[in-house]
Amino acid sequence: MSERVVAAAEEGQVVELRRSGRRPRAVANGVRAAAILVALVVLAVFPLVFSNPAVTTIAFFTLVFMTSTTAWNGFAGYSGYIPLGHAVFFGTGAYTLAIVAQDLHMPGGYGVFWLVPLAGAAALVVAIPFGLIALRTRRHTFVVITIAIFFIFQLLSFNLGITQGSSGIQTPTPPWFGGAFNIPFYYVGAVILVLSIAVSWFIRRSRFGLQTLAIRDDEDRARGLGVQVGRVKLVGYVISAIPVGMVGALYAYFIGQIFPQSAFDPLFDITIALMAFLGGLGTVSGPLLGALVLEPLQQYFTVSDPSYYLIAYGALFLIVILALPRGVVPTVGAWIGNRRARRAAPSPAAAGEASGGAPGGTRYAATVRSGE
Amino acid sequence: MALLEMEDVRKSFGGLQALSACSLEVEEGSIAGLIGPNGSGKTTLFNIVTGYERIREGAVRFRGTAITNSTPERVFALGIGRTFQLTRIFTRLSVVENMLVATQRHEGWLRSVLRPAGSASEHRRAMELLDFVGIARLADAPAGTLSYGQRKLLDLACVLVADPSVILLDEPAGGINPTLIGLLAQRIRELNRQGKTFLIVEHNMEFVMSLCHRVTVMDFGKTIVSGPPDVVRSDRRVLDAYLGTEEADGDEAP
Repeated sequence: MSERVVAAAEEGQVVELRRSGRRPRAVANGVRAAAILVALVVLAVFPLVFSNPAVTTIAFFTLVFMTSTTAWNGFAGYSGYIPLGHAVFFGTGAYTLAIVAQDLHMPGGYGVFWLVPLAGAAALVVAIPFGLIALRTRRHTFVVITIAIFFIFQLLSFNLGITQGSSGIQTPTPPWFGGAFNIPFYYVGAVILVLSIAVSWFIRRSRFGLQTLAIRDDEDRARGLGVQVGRVKLVGYVISAIPVGMVGALYAYFIGQIFPQSAFDPLFDITIALMAFLGGLGTVSGPLLGALVLEPLQQYFTVSDPSYYLIAYGALFLIVILALPRGVVPTVGAWIGNRRARRAAPSPAAAGEASGGAPGGTRYAATVRSGE
Repeated sequence: MALLEMEDVRKSFGGLQALSACSLEVEEGSIAGLIGPNGSGKTTLFNIVTGYERIREGAVRFRGTAITNSTPERVFALGIGRTFQLTRIFTRLSVVENMLVATQRHEGWLRSVLRPAGSASEHRRAMELLDFVGIARLADAPAGTLSYGQRKLLDLACVLVADPSVILLDEPAGGINPTLIGLLAQRIRELNRQGKTFLIVEHNMEFVMSLCHRVTVMDFGKTIVSGPPDVVRSDRRVLDAYLGTEEADGDEAP
């Protein structure tokens, strides 16, 4: 990231930006590439280094939530629409795997993993009518509609014959067990996560992503500039459903048995939304960070004392909204941007003069950061 | 045949008759002005033409084809661009990104998912236009940091990037400083020479009268007078609309 200085100028030229050369950008890119490489290596060797099943179980659940939050953020963070019904796709994926495996009498083994992409496709199919209905509304109404549709699905899973009601469905039992039981699940989860991040990153840089961001800022203006908002929103929504369906299926296979209340869990959406808000809505790294912090924490609370973690979650939600409304990543990004700008200010006089431009500088750094 | 025609357009919001019998023609290659007191229905008429409001009576035609009750997306794709009275830009995108949103006029959605935002030629075109309106050096700034006048200029540049044939400007000179108004008028004339047609709603009489080839006056949802600026300026009905009739004054005076 090149350093940019925001200085106040005359009327009609409020903001002026200066770049101090190309080198810092190249360095930042190098740092970023190295960080990505390190993250991938850590992701790959983690279960080999920390092979304790208790740890790899938490790691697996963390991957599930990192994927879900990233996918959710790929729609919610970019478009500004906050859906709270993605558990529908999680449940759809879980039931798809369970029902198909049962009907085909699939034996436990690696073959069952091939149902994971199928679960993603099922989530896609469900997301189209869901999106068509919910996306007719905006803002708070949209949130309420997604919650309502979620409860319809939960009710259906309790009552439809195909889901076998509250007795749930058993998934095939994998033939591998013991200390290595978690390993295949972990790696399939890791692959889905990497793909989801790639999609999220790619969307952010595509023209489609730009249109989505335009919708977030002013949907009606976007229409007036030729953005086919209905289509853009629906495509974004459907894309965000697919990875959630896939990890839902993976979760079902891992757990061994699914029930309506665990597959269609109302807390699922609260959790992924909190993770995204904590890390930074609309950034690529924020939701990952949020899930990385919160999911192990939740697992820890669940094991130590299950009655506390919901209270802790509620308290955390309040703290995030009050203290870090934009999330950790944008806040820290803005802070670093400000420090750099201050250090790069050529003279005290200019720094003093820049007082009018300083808030602009803050926002600028924040905007640039939030895109990463 | 006029490029853009509104014929007998009527619109009411509940019991309020916002537009009644509104007719207007904009000739290709002209700069048309639309004036009238606040609340006379100018912006409502813009909203109807550009697909933001629907009507039950009346017709809107573009190049002779009916576009009544179309959607904003479709109207824009046909080549009718507009700006808003209260400038509307994407505040959290950078200035140049704002421009790139509008360049996808003729692109399918699948292509838009797969392509990166803004090809080199689109970037160049966006920068040219930003230079044209005089804010090229702000290209990388977030649009939210622009001043009001700069936002107006960006709003105009955003519309221009898709190369529309008609541009509807809603109070382009409202709330911006005189120097910038001069620049704006100069740019509008230049674009008009290149063949762009304009329909401008504006309260700044000097701006309208010096710029427009033809001025239409609205009052209480009706188009009352239409003609060259000189004729309209001295028309009795226009003075009445802006200043109130003498009898009305007489009634209120004692």
